Amino acid sequence: MTAFASHFAFEFRTGIRNKNLLLLNYLFPLGLYVMMSLIMPGINPLFQDTIIPSMITFGILASALLGLPDPLVQAREAGIFRSFKINGIPALNILLIPALSTILHILVVAAVITVTAPIFFDAPLPVNLPVFVLIVLGTAVSLSGLGILIGVVSPNSRLTVLYSQAIFLPSMIIGGVMLPYSMLPPVAAKVALLLPATYAMNAFNGLAMDGTAVFYAWGSVLTLFVGGLMAFLVAWYLFQWDSQNAGRGGHPALALLAFVPYAAWLLIV
Amino acid sequence: MTEPMIEVQNFRKVYGAYTAVNNISFTVYRGEIFGLLGPNGAGKTSTLESLEGLRPSDGGTLRVAGVDPATEPRRLRNVIGVQLQSGGLPTSITADEAMKLFCAYHGVVPRFDLLDRLGLKEKRHVEYQGLSTGQQRRLALALAVAHEPAVLFLDEPTAGLDVASRVELHNLMHELKARGTSIILATHDMAEAEEMSDRVAILLQGRLVAVDTPLAITATGAGLTKVSVNTRSAFLLNNHHTFPAVSQTQVRDDYAIYFSINIGQTVAALINTIEAEGDTLLDLRVERPSLEDRFLELTNGGTK
Repeated sequence: MTAFASHFAFEFRTGIRNKNLLLLNYLFPLGLYVMMSLIMPGINPLFQDTIIPSMITFGILASALLGLPDPLVQAREAGIFRSFKINGIPALNILLIPALSTILHILVVAAVITVTAPIFFDAPLPVNLPVFVLIVLGTAVSLSGLGILIGVVSPNSRLTVLYSQAIFLPSMIIGGVMLPYSMLPPVAAKVALLLPATYAMNAFNGLAMDGTAVFYAWGSVLTLFVGGLMAFLVAWYLFQWDSQNAGRGGHPALALLAFVPYAAWLLIV
Repeated sequence: MTEPMIEVQNFRKVYGAYTAVNNISFTVYRGEIFGLLGPNGAGKTSTLESLEGLRPSDGGTLRVAGVDPATEPRRLRNVIGVQLQSGGLPTSITADEAMKLFCAYHGVVPRFDLLDRLGLKEKRHVEYQGLSTGQQRRLALALAVAHEPAVLFLDEPTAGLDVASRVELHNLMHELKARGTSIILATHDMAEAEEMSDRVAILLQGRLVAVDTPLAITATGAGLTKVSVNTRSAFLLNNHHTFPAVSQTQVRDDYAIYFSINIGQTVAALINTIEAEGDTLLDLRVERPSLEDRFLELTNGGTK
């Protein structure tokens, strides 16, 4: 087994073995999916049409933003990165492998939701499955990139939660998961354009479900991939081996560069 | 033991205005166990971390098995093994997984036999967080030597180990030494350093105050040799005899204890006196000043 495969296998198992990660990768997204699917259609009948994309996006938000960053911060604080450096584990793998294993967990959850939602909650299936999978991947890449970036720039676990929630909560409220983008007041709609979830839901509605995109749907897909890649590259640049997280190459504020692909839409929409 | 494996020449390490290591030089040879001693803040960690490629040097030259740690990290990783003092592994990794992972990155076959040998046979599938401190340290050691590095850095290797594990670790160190591995042993355990090291270096306030064999270092101090004597009639305990070269006398249990600056004169005089008194010698023990005594002498006396 190659070093990469061995490392990936360990990280993937950790996503199930670690109770916090199990909760954030599987129990929380699937639990909320069941609860929301039982309750929400009674309150908002339109929700039934978007159960699959909404709940998958929620699952990705939970895994990538709440699950990914903190283990990175804890590992750095515990001196694990120093040990990895001594043993030749490259920074790229330290960042890429947790992101990839999280994406794999996300795909498992997405598959469970996609298969069960039509059976148990009468949810409509995606009309274009390949594009649907592409959007799921784009959303996972985008939010995993941000999750990794938070883990790299956050100085401690307490601030990690703060940074993660600063994206997670607005994404849930105005990112198209609970309310359609078209129903948002103008100011909230502008803020929503800074959130990857908005692009995910717009792309799902316009390209994969039998809905309508509010703005250019393929542009949304591209933005998700570019945003994720940009976040990852900035994280790689700012990565620190040192357990004190001191003396990095660039200022942590550079992390805001990861939002440039999303912010660019403010000029268009 | 003539091939240099670690070369430190005029090495400096500064943190802002604070000089942690000031112009030190030493060489460690192939197959040598080299003790690195010093109180907290002496500069041991800075020196080790620079040799391990974790921190850049601020002056001088460093070579580890011919590799510059600062500029050749890829080559360095396969010539060194490091047993870190604490942590260093994800809490959820098992001993088996850690061995597979680290060996995969070093491009060698996993050495599960080392886990068995270091008493982790029953713990191979236990997560790191479920291991005791001693077991964690033994796992760290197994991982550090699995790729058979030319240079091994051990930082407080026996801290938290029971007696059996400690003996096993020392045996392993001797084996590695016999195979030509150079070992840098950073420890606060002076007895261990004295027993295991071929040579020791004592760092104090960023400067090297002594580099030599433990015997030579202890011999150069002003330490007194302790002579403890027990005789059948115990007359030495009751009589205030004076003996040559003795600067201090104590009585403990059945023993008369003399601190001598010239062991030959003192012991000869003691035996003559015992014979002259018609008494029988039951026990006579001579204890040279230990490395710890010399270390305390150096650290309390500063660099002068």
